[in-house]
Amino acid sequence: MHELSIAMSILEAAQRETALRQGAELRKIAVRVGELAGVDPEALRFTFEMITKETEFDQIELELDTIARTHRCADCGAEFAVKDGEFVCPRCGSSETSFLRGDELEIAYLELEEA
Amino acid sequence: MSVQKVQVEQKVLNENQRIAAELRERFRHSGTLVLNLISSPGSGKTTLLERTLASLPQELGVAVLTGDIQTENDARRLSKFGFPAKQITTGGTCHLDARMIERAISDWDLDKIDLLFIENVGNLVCPSSYDLGEAAKIVVLSVTEGSDKPLKYPSIFFKSELLVLNKVDLLPYVPFSVDEAMANAQKTHPGMEIILTSCTNEQGLDEWMRWLKQRMAVAKGAVVAEV
Repeated sequence: MHELSIAMSILEAAQRETALRQGAELRKIAVRVGELAGVDPEALRFTFEMITKETEFDQIELELDTIARTHRCADCGAEFAVKDGEFVCPRCGSSETSFLRGDELEIAYLELEEA
Repeated sequence: MSVQKVQVEQKVLNENQRIAAELRERFRHSGTLVLNLISSPGSGKTTLLERTLASLPQELGVAVLTGDIQTENDARRLSKFGFPAKQITTGGTCHLDARMIERAISDWDLDKIDLLFIENVGNLVCPSSYDLGEAAKIVVLSVTEGSDKPLKYPSIFFKSELLVLNKVDLLPYVPFSVDEAMANAQKTHPGMEIILTSCTNEQGLDEWMRWLKQRMAVAKGAVVAEV
């Protein structure tokens, strides 16, 4: 259960970014969570709400964008989501594919309200 | 009042990432091979390390960091082999992070350490998110667990270079399918290396030692190539 420390890291990083812009207020944090990131989005949302509830951060919305494990075909270049450990390219049938994305844990963007 | 969208594109754990990158650079410079061992509790990490330390030559520079939520038991077990072993007690935290490693090695001379084992807190989930500056993650799975573990915990199997399938001496007594476990590991991580071991009847330990020596040669070679 490391979602608590991750939720705190998200809030801290977002606050640091917000502090760079004078008078801005943090409204929304959008986070990308890859399915291989080892983070449970539900638990992350729960812990984020837990640490912000009844604090000055109560109104901040957390948007979680789940990123599927995606591979690229070495032969035809198609990008496809891997399901049930199936690595064969759905377009050309090649099994020569490489990992493209799906392990990220990053803040994509913030929404700030500026006076 | 206006709402503005600000692109950030920043890793959530970028502070950990920064420290891990610094550590990796230091390890590369000193030619220290650092291996991060991860498993669920009770898979036999500590016993595997005991066996390994017992068969490594004393003139080799070896050190161990072992993480647990409580107790110094593992460091006590691992310090019997003439190599330095230090316990990191996380006090409740379910994983080691890069800063804990940085702190733990602060009084060690890395130039004298060829091989550093980091035994992570027993947990298949959280340690996978934290880079410790290691050269490779190794996941240990024992045959008393389920052969579907690689599918249930894809993150750690995806990020580990090697799967040590441990306690294979117990295979006659448990309903564990090695073929299935290996196929599931390959599904999660195509090309993953797999070694079957038993610390009781010593099966596969020679293969494990060969893997270690080969990786140490690579770590040393990187330094030699630079000079």
